[in-house]
Formats: sequence, C-alpha cells, structure tokens
Amino acid sequence: MRRALVSLLVLTALAGCGGSEPTQTLTVLAAASLKEPFTELERMFEAGHAGVDVRISFAGSSDLAQQIVNGAPADVFAAANESTMDTVVQAGLAAGEPKIFAGNTLQIVTAPGNPKQITGFADLAGRDLVLVVCAPQVPCGSATGQIEQQTGVTLAPASEEPDVKAVLGKVAGGEADAGLVYVTDVKAAGDKVTGVDFPEAANAVNRYPIIALDGSGELAAQFVTLVLGEGGGEVLASAGFQAPSPPDP
Amino acid sequence: MRSADRHRVRTDVPVLLILPAAVGFALVTLPVAGLFARTPWARLPELLTSDAALDALWLSMRTATASTTLCVLLGGPLAVVLARGRLPGLRMLRALVLLPLVLPPVVGGLALLYLLGRSGPVGQALGVRIPYTTTAVVLAQTFVAMPFLVVSLEGALRTAGERYEAVAATLGAAPATVLRRVTVPLVLPGLAAGAVLAFARSLGEFGATIAFAGSLQGVTRTLPLEVYLARESDVDSAVALSVLLVAVALAVIVAMRPREAS
Repeated sequence: MRRALVSLLVLTALAGCGGSEPTQTLTVLAAASLKEPFTELERMFEAGHAGVDVRISFAGSSDLAQQIVNGAPADVFAAANESTMDTVVQAGLAAGEPKIFAGNTLQIVTAPGNPKQITGFADLAGRDLVLVVCAPQVPCGSATGQIEQQTGVTLAPASEEPDVKAVLGKVAGGEADAGLVYVTDVKAAGDKVTGVDFPEAANAVNRYPIIALDGSGELAAQFVTLVLGEGGGEVLASAGFQAPSPPDP
Repeated sequence: MRSADRHRVRTDVPVLLILPAAVGFALVTLPVAGLFARTPWARLPELLTSDAALDALWLSMRTATASTTLCVLLGGPLAVVLARGRLPGLRMLRALVLLPLVLPPVVGGLALLYLLGRSGPVGQALGVRIPYTTTAVVLAQTFVAMPFLVVSLEGALRTAGERYEAVAATLGAAPATVLRRVTVPLVLPGLAAGAVLAFARSLGEFGATIAFAGSLQGVTRTLPLEVYLARESDVDSAVALSVLLVAVALAVIVAMRPREAS
C-alpha cells in the first residue's frame, strides 16, 4: 500500500518534470478513514485551482502526527480524533486553531445479510460468535471502550486489531462474525458487509479536526476552507460522516 | 593463518569501494544508534515490566521456541531430503521451499488464513478454529522461519559431502544408523546455526502473524505486534520494547559467530 503510494508519487514527480506548465503542490496528510471523501475533495480542489497538484497521504492519525512532529513536509493535517491533533498543536506546528469538520460513530459490522442476527450492542457479548474490535490504543478502540463502560457490557473479542480497516477486512473476509467499525467504513465496503446500527453509538462520537500546518501558504488555507464549507460537508455526508457537533462542555 | 598469508599474494581493497562501504555500514548501524538516543533509559525497567510488555515477551518466547522446534523437526528432514534425495524435480521443490523467504510476510499470513481459516479448505475440514489462537502464531512463525533452517542445514549437508556416509553404508550400516551416527553429528553446527536463525526470524515475525492470528494480549500479541500498537499511544514504551528486541538480535549475532568461524 505504502510502496504503491511511494511509486505513484515518484511517477507523478517524474511526470511533473516533463511538463512545461508550472505546478504548485499541496501536501495533505489525512486519516485513513477519510480516504473516499478526501479523494473526491482533491479532485474538486484541483478542478478549481489550475496548476495545483494536491497530494494526499492516507495513514493512521497517530502515524501521521508522528511524521509531522518528526519534520515531514506537509501543508494540511486532518486527523480522526482530537488527541492526535493535540500532539501536533503542542509541538507548535499548527497555524491557528484546529477546527472540527466531521463526526463519525461506530456501527456493528457483520457478514452480508447479518447471518448471526445481531440486533444490538449487547448481542456482541456472551454469544458464541467471533468478534473483532480495534485495540484501545487507536481511536475506534477507545470509542469501543467508552461504549462498553457506558453500557456495562463487557466484550470478549478474538482479536484487537491495530486499525479499523483490519477489523473490516476480518469481517468481510469471513474470518469474524462481527466487528465494530465506523459507519463510514461500512458504507465504503458496499455490499461486502452489512451494518447494524445501535443507539449507544451516539455516546461515543469521534470528532475529526483539520489544521493548516505552520509555514503552509494560502493554498492550504483554501483547502481547509473547502473541507469546512458546504462543498466539503456534502462530500463528507455522502460518505456517511456526521456534520460537526459542538464541543463537549 | 598468519604464516599462510606470507606465501599468498594479497590485494588491497580498492579505495573506490571504501566510501560506499562506509555509507552502507552507516545505513545499517546508525538507525539503531538513533533508537538508543531516543530510549528513555531511566524508565526502561518500568516500561519493560508493564503487564502488556511482560505478556508480549512471555508469548514471544513461548511461540518462538515452539516454532523453532517445529522447524527442526520438519525442516531438518526436509533439508536431508533436498540435499540427499534422488527424486526428479527436486530443484523445483527446493525453489518452492524458499518461497516464504522472498514472499512479503503479510502475503504469507493471508495465504495461511485462506488455507486454515474458516472458509479455507483445510480450515473447514479440521473443524477447529485456528485463527486468533496461539497455535496460529506458531504456524505463522514456522512458515516464515522454516526456509532459514532448511537453507543453512542443506548447505551444511552439501559441504559435508557423502563420503563418510558412503563408507558407513559399505560397512553395513542401515540408512537410519548412518543418519544418526554419521550425518547428524557432522552437520550439528549447521543445524544449530539454522535453529538460531529460525528462532530470530520467529521472534521478529510481524506481518504473517497480524494477518493470520490477529492481535490479543497474552494470546496472539507478540513483541513486534506490541511495539506496533504501543507506537499509537505510548512511543516511550514502543521504543523500550524495540531496544529489547535489538538486544535479543545482538545476542543472536553473538551466538552465531563462533560457529561461522569454524
């Protein structure tokens, strides 16, 4: 995946050498769960800015934050949770205050058609099914933990995966009966899985902040504006993201 | 060695090679120095004795020992067959045995999953769940480590040659006796080197394990998986565990050295 991305970058760089048109590059680091909407936003932004090449690197938020702190060149950072963003802000690498642009909630994911007939969060515990969740160290896992605490339901997962797409893969591949992933992941997976809503999910909303990074130019500010604006909101909503909710008191 | 050197013409290393060699050496060693520079040495005992770290360490030791044993029990005979067998198509077989060596481990993990998982042909026939168990970790490690043992043992067998075995056979020893009394003692250093390599490779296994076995503390989350996860929230603890793995790797290199010299 990463190798494919690198070779793609190298290819675009080489292709760029041949062209006579002067191009500006905008580098965006975005959480893996933003892949579908941000790819669309990249297309929109490039359509509106001739000669601008937007490059987006998708990875786990914590990985991206570490890259930024360790000096990776980037203009915009969109994270999947606020604590990861804090790492970058506290390192003094943000230009301005981070703004919340979307929210995401967990959904139960099952094999197509929900053969185990799971109807709620409590069904995930104490039944003879193979459950896979995110590890507590990553955002989707901490949301899972919050819901466990609030409901008093203790899950006994067969595995705690290091990222949400791994959970999705285990369920889509038939190696797990159920998992907890984001609504947006279920949507992106199409008919390979079935999503089951549960009301308690509303108590653990993951909020996505975005920021222009220190030293970035006008283009970065414009990209952030696009994401926060109406156009961005529509793209994000159609991918299953919630509109940003006001911060907790 | 010294006296023999006097009678031999020695050519100096071309100066041209020294710079790239130095860069190569730096590339291999400096990152580890960087890791040490980032290590919170004062907190090391505390970080390495957390529940998660101890569980991962204990699991890694158990699984790497089990997979090394499997490698010796299965890879040993395999190496003998490859080195001494007279089957047609043996070269093809040998190439196939090396597959895990060149395959990305995560691909190996997926392959194991689709053979032994719920929907896999063998997984269905067995009727027991293998993914998400410690057995799966051992299988993943054995898969990636086996070629290391086979290659070093087969090399040792070929170097040793078949003369002593032939002599033993003409003196009336049965094949099993030849193996036990002649072949095994002859290649014991090669077998030991292969076992150490297989152990080290098992200990470092990541991709096949996470794809096939998953990641659960105390069950399937070995040291490398714990390092990968700890990075997300606690870099200090990830670095501390990495230092532990470097220490084990250095110990393996030291263990290998005297045998290579002989």
